Amino acid sequence: MSALGRFFKGLFLLELLRGLRLTGRYLLDRKVTVIYPEEKTPQSPRFRGLHAQRRYPNGEERCIACKLCEAVCPAMAITIEAAPREDGSRRTSRYEIDLTKCIFCGFCEESCPVDAIVETRVFEYFGEKRGDLVKGKEELLSIGDRLEAQIAADREQDAPYR
Amino acid sequence: MAEIEINGKVIQVRDGAMLIEAADEAGITIPRFCYHEKLSVAASCRMCLVEVEKVPKPLPACATPVNDGMKVWTNSPRALAAQKAVMEFLLINHPLDCPICDQGGECDLQDMAVGYGNDASRFAEIKRVVKSKDIGPLIATDFTRCIHCTRCVRFGQEIAGIRELGATGRGEHMEIGTYVEKSVSSELSGNIIDLCPVGSLTSKPFRFTARPWELTPCATVAPHDCVGSNLTLHTRRNRVMRAVPRANEAINEIWIPDRDRFSYLGLNSEERLHKPLLKVDGEWRESDWNSALERVVRGTRGVIAAHGAEQVGALISPGATLEESYLLQKLLRRLGSANIDHRLREGDFSDQEELPPFPWLGQGIADLEGIDLALLVGSNLRKEQPMLNHRVRKAVLKGAGVMVVNPVDFPFNYPLEERLIGDPPRMLRHLAGIAAALLEITGKRAPKGLRALLKGIETSDAELAVAKRLEAAERGAVFCGVLALGSAQASSLRALAALIATLSGATFATLPEGANGAGAWLAGAVPHRGPAGQEEGLVAPTNALEMLERPLRGYLLFGIEPELDSAHPAAAMAALAEAEFVACFTPFVTERMKQYADVLLPIAPFSETSGTFVNIEGRWQSFTGAVAPPGEARPGWKVLRVLGNLFDLEGFEYTSSEEVRDELRGSAESIKPSTKLAWRCPGDLGGDGDAVWRIGEVPIYAVDGLVRRSTPLQQTMDARPAAVYMNSAQAEALGLKDGETARVTQAGGSANLPLVIDERVAQGCVIVPAALPETAALGPIHGPVEISRG
Repeated sequence: MSALGRFFKGLFLLELLRGLRLTGRYLLDRKVTVIYPEEKTPQSPRFRGLHAQRRYPNGEERCIACKLCEAVCPAMAITIEAAPREDGSRRTSRYEIDLTKCIFCGFCEESCPVDAIVETRVFEYFGEKRGDLVKGKEELLSIGDRLEAQIAADREQDAPYR
Repeated sequence: MAEIEINGKVIQVRDGAMLIEAADEAGITIPRFCYHEKLSVAASCRMCLVEVEKVPKPLPACATPVNDGMKVWTNSPRALAAQKAVMEFLLINHPLDCPICDQGGECDLQDMAVGYGNDASRFAEIKRVVKSKDIGPLIATDFTRCIHCTRCVRFGQEIAGIRELGATGRGEHMEIGTYVEKSVSSELSGNIIDLCPVGSLTSKPFRFTARPWELTPCATVAPHDCVGSNLTLHTRRNRVMRAVPRANEAINEIWIPDRDRFSYLGLNSEERLHKPLLKVDGEWRESDWNSALERVVRGTRGVIAAHGAEQVGALISPGATLEESYLLQKLLRRLGSANIDHRLREGDFSDQEELPPFPWLGQGIADLEGIDLALLVGSNLRKEQPMLNHRVRKAVLKGAGVMVVNPVDFPFNYPLEERLIGDPPRMLRHLAGIAAALLEITGKRAPKGLRALLKGIETSDAELAVAKRLEAAERGAVFCGVLALGSAQASSLRALAALIATLSGATFATLPEGANGAGAWLAGAVPHRGPAGQEEGLVAPTNALEMLERPLRGYLLFGIEPELDSAHPAAAMAALAEAEFVACFTPFVTERMKQYADVLLPIAPFSETSGTFVNIEGRWQSFTGAVAPPGEARPGWKVLRVLGNLFDLEGFEYTSSEEVRDELRGSAESIKPSTKLAWRCPGDLGGDGDAVWRIGEVPIYAVDGLVRRSTPLQQTMDARPAAVYMNSAQAEALGLKDGETARVTQAGGSANLPLVIDERVAQGCVIVPAALPETAALGPIHGPVEISRG
């Protein structure tokens, strides 16, 4: 391009106007942003958020302490200790997920032979202290109890693809 | 030699070998479940089917002997099809409950199903379910998972020597179980956990606690007997989770006794001492290491200043490491006292000058398989050193004979050729009778004083038979066991047994207690000899028993509980109560310890310290700590090293336990192991007196503090409850009946114990087990005892 061409292009702010054209197009386009937290985006049933431990309909915890989730976890976020329960069944005596380590890959859920550990749609949680983000067994079970309807519906929807 | 071809590879094999052995040697893997190199061939699982040229059907490699010119394919389409079909059949009745199965992750079936299994089952019918059986506190069963390989059954018959497990029923109805409703009681029973290729037999104490992939292995050495079996400790997050055998063909092959396998459960006992404790004005206070060690220095110096160095004594466990034994004796000898001993449960030291540099087997442990005659004197070999007994049993299976001279007719897992059962004086006379017969047969000259001793001794037919067999044996071995060493007549028993060995050309060995029973001698943890047997250093005539019977003013107790671990508990308690200063170096703390001690120093047991054990064949085996000690507990060698510094002694500048070991090794290398002891004629053989002798047998699961704190071991049949055991004639003579309470009185102490009729106990003896809290108030564990109605 000649020096003259560059001079006139610069003089009439052509490149700026070209950019503003794109801005203008989005200015008048349909809005996709939402006003969080009043508004929320739709979620996939496969959303991988806060973990939960599930129970069977009769109230029995599902987890059998096979430790596959602990073994598969790439971030080493899961710590399990197991022991025979009074009735002789294999149960965890300690089940902890360190959410500050977790990378929400979902491998724990995938490896679980009894669908005990799941990742829910919850992504809004906090901890006031660092330790609050280490979720223990009781807490995970109570999250599961609270969200069981949603968890079950999501799993069912996804079942054909598993 | 035969030449065969496997998968196109030509290999030379010895004649008569099975195909699977040939393949294993050539590094070709054939899948298998029932075949095990240490067990007989069952050929029941059919997993090892291979294709052989000119044979119409696939053949099991484990049961097909090689033939010259044979051509074999282990992974041809036909062989693979056969193996996959077998796998499908095996999985028909296998529950596939891997997620809750303890074998998951180390399961042969799981591994092989990856290679030979289908991804989906064609079996839609109902699977078989078998009820699990309770076979004791050590082994958990889940027989639904069983694939009928019968390894456990064959182990019982061929290795443990007692048929406890068996298979009943056929085909799908085949079940493994105890023939009669009872628990499995073999002292080697834990090995079936390792043998089981599936999760049918698993460790009960380990149940559900960890997965194999999260465990870190650490090689170590078993700390409970003089064999030095090789162990692997599996740890997780600084905790020992289980102990499994480490293969060493020269020592323990691939087995370990239950005592070594389950003793780790005592490591985290509630009685573990985590911080140094100091007694201040009669009250116990937690303290730091500095003030605790300074208190030891002050206390010891106080005793030395007031009464002289010879008033300080140290008793060390025969299970303490070589380094600990060496440093403690060095410390003590530098302080001017040679009162150190590890022979806590021995009863007679009068011949200690004549003994070889350290107790030595006279041959390798593996060589025991080749002996053709063994004479056990005062030894319950099966429970004292189970792995040695295993070798002797292998020799018996090859045709060797075993004869015993024992105070109790202990049950062995092989037939005994001759048993001479009697109280200790009678044992002596039996030995004298055998010696007399041998003198006659061989025509050898009797050593000095023997003729006079043998006057009036008549050789019985049984003794003559023993003598004849011994004389005829090409490779005989005479063993003195823990019961002989503990007895008050130990020196006479030892002298006569050694004489018998010399006369008949057999080897002679004493089998002491403790993992370092041999090493402690080398380390100088005996009063009459310095380290590496050197005589030049400070030596003392005081031994373990005298230190307690003629009380000293100051004691250092290393890794022991004297009320349970000494030959004279009553004297030990009296001496410690009277002492001015007592320091305990101990992993565990008890109420009793708090009564007599002034300072309690927490030291690490074998799993938490580096160290060395020298076993009975003179093998030095070093190991490292598997986990860090809890709290402020520290390895014993470090504590002793710092103590040496605080005493301002020279030569305590070690930075590692290896340095300590190498310092000793330098001088110990020149020692030639020997089993010879100079002849020393026994004074007399003891009269026929009507004294009742106590046999203070130490139950297999009470030998040291760690084992005593392993709860599952204490629930087994072998954990002998405290009682008075005697035969019915003896009970009648004493006017007592089975089940009654008997009062046992000895050396001022007494205990009320239930009476149990046991016909195996010789006339004139009663078993009152030692090393149990109930009998801790009594006197000498082997000695005369008074029994009355309680």
